[in-house]
Amino acid sequence: MDPIIAAASVIAAGLSIGLSAIGPGIGQGNAAGQAVEGIARQPEAENKIRGTLLLSLAFMEALTIYGLVVALALLFANPFNV
Amino acid sequence: MYSDNFYFSTSTFLAEAEVGKHFYWNIAGFLVHGQVLMVLWFVFAVLLAFAFLGSRNIEQIPRGWQNFMESVVEFVTDIARDQLGESFYREWVPFIGTLFLFIFGCNWAGAIIPWKLIVLPEGELAAPTNDINTTVALALLTSLAYFYAGLSKKGLGYFKRYIQPIPLLLPINILEDFTKPLSLSFRLFGNVLADELTITVLTALVPLIIPLPIMFLGIFAGSVQALIFSTLAAAYIAEALE
Repeated sequence: MDPIIAAASVIAAGLSIGLSAIGPGIGQGNAAGQAVEGIARQPEAENKIRGTLLLSLAFMEALTIYGLVVALALLFANPFNV
Repeated sequence: MYSDNFYFSTSTFLAEAEVGKHFYWNIAGFLVHGQVLMVLWFVFAVLLAFAFLGSRNIEQIPRGWQNFMESVVEFVTDIARDQLGESFYREWVPFIGTLFLFIFGCNWAGAIIPWKLIVLPEGELAAPTNDINTTVALALLTSLAYFYAGLSKKGLGYFKRYIQPIPLLLPINILEDFTKPLSLSFRLFGNVLADELTITVLTALVPLIIPLPIMFLGIFAGSVQALIFSTLAAAYIAEALE
């Protein structure tokens, strides 16, 4: 395999997972902060808030996971090696 | 392909992860991933055993296994009812419930049982959901299910929803039918594989104690992913029905 393609794939894999972690990180922080605020304001709604928070956190997590899938595809199933 | 040592392959006594290596079986001309099927059958057996034990002698006042299984059924019924509403949920409980229990069983079977003690000639036993084929199959089933739901309720009028707000959105609406199974399958596959890789890398670095919290996180994430997959499947079906 061409070493330039190998090097580019490894760098791209690192970048894809690193960059795709930024947005969901901010989003999860926002969501968790708002949830804590909601619980502090209305402690009796804690169970409902927790369920919704977990579900939405997992949705945001999925975005990072897409980056991870791209990284894994680049590393283990690279379409550009001939 | 890469040279052999390029595959991600760390091996200590406790942890070994091989991405892209499979234990192939040749069944009637088809190459299948044997390590996935073996764990799959194990999960089937466990689910069947639970169902059998729960319904063996049904009593008016539930005790033991029956009590437990009734709460499980209530839980999956709630998932379907929350998304589909009172009037439609009943006929979709089996599908949604099966999806939830199957994915939950697969994720937990991979996270809890020390499969690495059983050595295969190639590949390794792990959660069946860490193979993209399993998750794509589940996601395509979900696609079929919501098409069936929409077509059986509205007939060909179902396709009116593609030009629903304005006809300009037709390409985006068609694209949505492809992104739904894509995101469903990648989400589940990526999460399960990511958990296993994290545990493997940590175990290769520090074999004792340190990976434990991540393993608990993996168990937790496995159940959340099962919940999300079934909730989304129910939501897509509800969208087609409304």
